[in-house]
Amino acid sequence: MEEGKQHRAESGEKISEERRTFLHTCLLAASLPLLALWAKVVAWASGEAPYEPREHYYGMGVDVDRCIGCGRCAEACKRENDVPREPFYFRTWVERYVVSSDGETKVDSPDGGIAGFPATVSEKGILRTFFVPKLCNHCAKPPCVQVCPVGATFSTEDGVVLVDKEYCIGCRYCIQACPYGARFLDPRTRTADKCTFCYHRAVRGLLPACVEVCPTGARMFGELRQRSSPLVPFMRLSKVQVLKPHLNTEPKVYYANLDREVR
Amino acid sequence: MQPLQEVLRQVVGFIYPNEVELHWGLLIVVYPYITGLVAGAFILASLVRVFNVRELQPTYRLSLLTALAYLLAAPLPLLAHLGHPQRAFEIFLTPNLRSAMAMFGFVYAWYLMVVLLLEIWFDYRKDLVLWSQRERGVMRWLHRLLTLGATELSPGALHFDQNAGRVITIIGIPSAFLLHGYVGFIFGSVKANPWWSSVLMPIVFLFSAIVSGIALMLLFYLVGTLLRSKPVDMVCLDKLAMFLFYAQVLDFSLEMLDFIHRLYEAEESIHILAQLVSSRLFLSLVVLQALLGTLLPLVVLALVSPAFRSGGLLALPAELRRLLYAGAAILIQVGIFSTRWNVVIGGQLFSKSLRGLTVYKTGLLGPEGLFVSGFLLLLPLLFLLLLVAVLPPWVEAEQHPPAG
Repeated sequence: MEEGKQHRAESGEKISEERRTFLHTCLLAASLPLLALWAKVVAWASGEAPYEPREHYYGMGVDVDRCIGCGRCAEACKRENDVPREPFYFRTWVERYVVSSDGETKVDSPDGGIAGFPATVSEKGILRTFFVPKLCNHCAKPPCVQVCPVGATFSTEDGVVLVDKEYCIGCRYCIQACPYGARFLDPRTRTADKCTFCYHRAVRGLLPACVEVCPTGARMFGELRQRSSPLVPFMRLSKVQVLKPHLNTEPKVYYANLDREVR
Repeated sequence: MQPLQEVLRQVVGFIYPNEVELHWGLLIVVYPYITGLVAGAFILASLVRVFNVRELQPTYRLSLLTALAYLLAAPLPLLAHLGHPQRAFEIFLTPNLRSAMAMFGFVYAWYLMVVLLLEIWFDYRKDLVLWSQRERGVMRWLHRLLTLGATELSPGALHFDQNAGRVITIIGIPSAFLLHGYVGFIFGSVKANPWWSSVLMPIVFLFSAIVSGIALMLLFYLVGTLLRSKPVDMVCLDKLAMFLFYAQVLDFSLEMLDFIHRLYEAEESIHILAQLVSSRLFLSLVVLQALLGTLLPLVVLALVSPAFRSGGLLALPAELRRLLYAGAAILIQVGIFSTRWNVVIGGQLFSKSLRGLTVYKTGLLGPEGLFVSGFLLLLPLLFLLLLVAVLPPWVEAEQHPPAG
């Protein structure tokens, strides 16, 4: 054996050395699908199907008439996503609209509605009043993604707009480009931040925190393209609108019973 | 956090909660101001080179050096403003080609490398060779180094320099338009913001850039000449004032077109924008930009410069003319800086909900403070002093005594 090796080395058979490397590589390459298969088997055995972004397309429905302005969604979002507590940074918030009889509209959102709203006192008499939850609209044509100079903010295959904090340069152009005020600069990381539809939960089949805690079911989250989704009956049975449709951003947060005063 | 609480208290009406923090501050005001001066100074130089306005020859090289000095400083406010300046290079490495901002690196590099540096080199090459032959010490080596080894002074070589310079200037004019038009596009293409979103924005930026560039060169020429105790070439100065007047008329007409167009269309944003102009921007827009920065200098230049009659409508003596030109040029700088302020800051003082106004607080310290911005405005002057020391732009530096 030793002799044979020596002989090959001496006769300068480099080809065999190359062949050895080649076969090695082939073996490795051939084992890759096996590894992938193994991962699938493990996932199947543990009852977890691997997440396929292509099979999903998310959106949200908001029934304005159901929102009672409790602000639990905004609070849950801050906790779930470690959003800075100061009242200048929100991934989601609730606005209150008070339309008085003379047609004047007052809007407020103290601390994003987290601690509820102070009682309305109006001398003019209130014509109507309602609450509107707001968040990133995860637009199908997102201006924020268009303007990001380095591609740090991007649309995922499953219809969510995300920010790569490791890549964001903090130029804030996306914040300027968002028509909905849905973005802010996280003062701790100095990168852009916004609602992710709780992507870390969605890929595990869970609901976003805001939807989970809503006591009246004013927020609905789910698939836009699957018949089993709760969004499908919502979209069929209500007349839905999106915010600022004239900007052609094609939002995927759909509002039922939206008032014309809401921008 | 204190300043944001303070801002929150001064908000009028309703703004989205995330709008309390104003995102593009003083540094982003400085940036278009500086690039505007680059484009304006270059376009003035091209008047000499391409359009053969001989009277302006004394300002030609100074304009090129000024454009270079300001261009070198132009990316600094942007860099200082980034949340992660260390990642700035990603704009070059992995640009998002659909982003207007991603084009910055390419537009900037093109303008610096292909236009300004080349044009200056071709223009100075002959003098660099002659200076290095005559000088001693460091300057001799520096000038020799700057020739890049191209020391031939045959008529053919000099002719080539001339032609190359001319071709580069011809490429340079659209490039200068591109440089500053592009900055205008950054703002004009933001459809979310009705104050910015306008197809006229790049054009208004461009013409205000030309105005600011000519006004700056008028000042620099005047100060540079007086500091060296040389006689001021009044023919040149009058011509500068005349072009300044023409550029301002164009700029003012475009601004008015934008204004009237907005008023006439009266889209849903008109109420909040009217409120913005009459309250938060009254000083910077109505007083500084329109009255002091535009109308007053327009009147002065119309009366004093030879725009309507040679010698000017008032036919004032040269010394008084000089003084009035300088005054007008300073007012114009204040006006153009206010213009940049009104675009950048003004566009963020109203809520995108169109229901309220906020305020902008500038501190003294910190990257967005007055000190840093002041420093960045002065830095190009330092660059210019260095450039002028190495590459004297004055006419007499081009007169070479016979060797020996």
